[in-house]
Amino acid sequence: MTSLLATVGLVKRFGGLIATDGVDLTVEAGEVHAVIGPNGAGKTTLINQLSGEIAPDAGRILLDGRDITGEPVYRRALMGIGRSYQITSVFPEFSVLDNVVLAVQAHAGHSFSFWRPLSAEAALIERARTALAQSGLAARLATPVAALAHGERRQLEMAMTLATSPRLLLLDEPMAGMSLAESERLVTLLATLKGRYGILLVEHDMDAVFKLADRISVLVYGRVIACGDPAAIRANPEVRAAYLGDQDAAVAA
Amino acid sequence: MSPAVRRRVDARVVVAVLLLGGLALVPMISSLIGGPFYITLFTRIVIFALAAVGLNLILGYGALVSFGHAMYIGIGAYAVGILSHHGVGSGWIQLAAALAVGAVVAVVIGLVCLRTSGMAFIMITLAFAQMFYFLAISLKQYGGDDGLTIAARSDFGVFTLASNTVLYYTALGVLVACLIAFHRLVYSRFGMVLRGCRSNERRMAALGFPTLRYKLTAYVISALVCVIAGMLLANLTKFSAPSYMAWQASGDLIVMIVLGGMGTIVGPVAGAVALLILEEILSGWTTHWMIVLGPAIVLIVLTAKRGIYGYLVERTARHAEAGASPS
Amino acid sequence: MTVGLFLTQALNGLQLGILLFLLAAGLTLVFGIMNFVNLAHGSLYMMGAYFAAAVFNWTGSFVLAGLIGVPATMLLGVVVERVALIRLYRRDHLDQVLATFGLILFFNELVRIIWGPASVYMNTPAALSGTVELFGLRYPSYRFAIIGVGLAVGIGLYLLIHRTRIGMLIRAGATHPEIVAAMGVNVRRLNTIVFGLGAGLAGLAGLMAGPIVSVQPGMGEPILILTLVVIVTGGIGSIRGAFYGALIVGIVDTIGRAFLPTLLREFLERSLAQAAGPAIASMLIYVLMALVLAIRPQGLFPVRHA
Repeated sequence: MTSLLATVGLVKRFGGLIATDGVDLTVEAGEVHAVIGPNGAGKTTLINQLSGEIAPDAGRILLDGRDITGEPVYRRALMGIGRSYQITSVFPEFSVLDNVVLAVQAHAGHSFSFWRPLSAEAALIERARTALAQSGLAARLATPVAALAHGERRQLEMAMTLATSPRLLLLDEPMAGMSLAESERLVTLLATLKGRYGILLVEHDMDAVFKLADRISVLVYGRVIACGDPAAIRANPEVRAAYLGDQDAAVAA
Repeated sequence: MSPAVRRRVDARVVVAVLLLGGLALVPMISSLIGGPFYITLFTRIVIFALAAVGLNLILGYGALVSFGHAMYIGIGAYAVGILSHHGVGSGWIQLAAALAVGAVVAVVIGLVCLRTSGMAFIMITLAFAQMFYFLAISLKQYGGDDGLTIAARSDFGVFTLASNTVLYYTALGVLVACLIAFHRLVYSRFGMVLRGCRSNERRMAALGFPTLRYKLTAYVISALVCVIAGMLLANLTKFSAPSYMAWQASGDLIVMIVLGGMGTIVGPVAGAVALLILEEILSGWTTHWMIVLGPAIVLIVLTAKRGIYGYLVERTARHAEAGASPS
Repeated sequence: MTVGLFLTQALNGLQLGILLFLLAAGLTLVFGIMNFVNLAHGSLYMMGAYFAAAVFNWTGSFVLAGLIGVPATMLLGVVVERVALIRLYRRDHLDQVLATFGLILFFNELVRIIWGPASVYMNTPAALSGTVELFGLRYPSYRFAIIGVGLAVGIGLYLLIHRTRIGMLIRAGATHPEIVAAMGVNVRRLNTIVFGLGAGLAGLAGLMAGPIVSVQPGMGEPILILTLVVIVTGGIGSIRGAFYGALIVGIVDTIGRAFLPTLLREFLERSLAQAAGPAIASMLIYVLMALVLAIRPQGLFPVRHA
């Protein structure tokens, strides 16, 4: 059975620095595959290669067995890859609703329509409202993005990513900067998404990782030093030495 | 819509109507005062307003700062000039030729320029405009440096542009049509994509938009508006000259947009009116008026951002607020 | 078309390229450090030419014209930077373009007021008004001197950038400006030094161009646009790109203008060649730039960002 996402020998160098050192990774449909590792391990670089913003120096990326290594960013998005950013990336000049309508619009045919106002496209707006309700922002539709709290912006970010009806989600530290309550809400949301999407989750929040992940890969200096289910990873001595270390004491306590 | 926003929207309509209404009355006022001077001046203003509105589509709404759009004015002007030189006086043929050439050039140049962004984009558009400027100068058989005189204004069959009044109202009509079309466009799917690209292009691509084709389309549309402005300019002066494509002309368009207020459709019209009238007045005082205009532009950039149109809208909105019933 | 004629034009192209390099180096250094394209750079070149011409016509000494003119241009550059440009570094590109556009208008009018709209003449210095013998042909000594001075400046710049502490800071600032600031380096002073250096190079170019071009209002902008073509083709922010780009542009433009019309006459009928020749020749370097952009948008010798 072909994996939803597979990377084969992915390599990326920046000058003398190896950011991705022969990474073989798979994400199955319906699973949450978390990628953890110390800062500078190359996690964001990995996601950038998967989404298409950076071209790898070697290796291949396969979506449902199809080689997408050379495909541009927008084409991968249309094939079903949705991505969220570590640093919130939305459209600050538009309202919350308009942000998500744009996301929906991207997958609703072409946009060479010059006369009909977007506000008249009821179907798009309805889908946007649904996505926003799912992300908990139903009350803030008309609010300009500038007025949102940080956590609400992250929710908007997630709503936009989900509104594109992806099959594979690449989530780059979605809990970054969130309060405890906001993180818990996001974990609940992601738990409901499990099974419907394949999710590659890059995160530092170990609670969330161990709650959600079906599999965990540990990335250190661009290499996957271990990959397995959460229990196996927690027990792995190399992983504890390289990363979990002191955290293990906190988790066990 | 909150009351404050509604007042601003209404104020915008009021200012726009006043502005365009005022422009519509110019020929009548001009014939009362006597002499064709004012109608010529205002035809010029309307033509450059049209070009500025065209450029504003990609500059104000798409954040694509083209420092070379005057070359499309030149293409329009030379289409009329060259065809007229060879005996083709039909406005329809001239229009078709101008739009065809303009579209091809815009697609080619647009594709090259849109491979870059930011400052590089600005520099490259400037370079290509310069190329067309030199090209026009090198065309000795079409006047070269001195330019090309046009024997007669364009003939559109049912009407010709020979009369100053007809030319004026044609230009004004095209301007109003363009304003209406663009007003719809910026809120359409296409307009939202363009504005999204200005806001966060990286995210647009990640959402699944092939951004290049939309930016290129917007570039071509704005170029064609300038081509039409160029045709009208050639008709006004009965002259096609390389100077229409000089880099200063492109700079002037940008000044009009910023002066009038970016981010609005009608803003550039106010900017064109202000800049060209200011030039008329200043050049009456001294031939060295540029030395005032230069630093004035620098000051405007450093201080005011909303522009004249934005200021007028603000004033009108506050007027309405003062006149409204106490809340 | 003789070998001699070709060589002369090739040398002319080299000489134009050297002048362009002086301007491009300054412009690209400023861009690399401050991410700011100073469109008023052409105005500095123009002021350099006017200063030099004024001093030369007043004292008769080319050396004095250089000793006074170049530092004066540097000083002018620093003043303009401190008064106007420093407020623009954080602004968006549109504001930067507009503000420098305003400066261009100001300087063009300024020289028109002070020196009038007609060209100011500057004679070639007596010592260099002869010819030199090169590969069996006679080439004007003055133009040959320009090539020499330019190459010397190029070597000097290379040594400065790669062998001195200041040069190291400039290179670091061009690739990682935040780190340089974090290191405690006075970034403002570094910016002003770089800007002054660029202005000095522009002034030098103006001085040397004085005797061979028309010193008149508006002389800066055609050269500026040519310089933009150079740095876009060569690679923005890269001195190597500025050097090779300048030589390529200078030689292609000069040789193209000199020989393309003749070449076309071999293939096309006379009147068509006479019409198309100059037209295509004038477009040559822009087409070259377009080709480079189509294949390598970052230029031929881009700066390597880690």
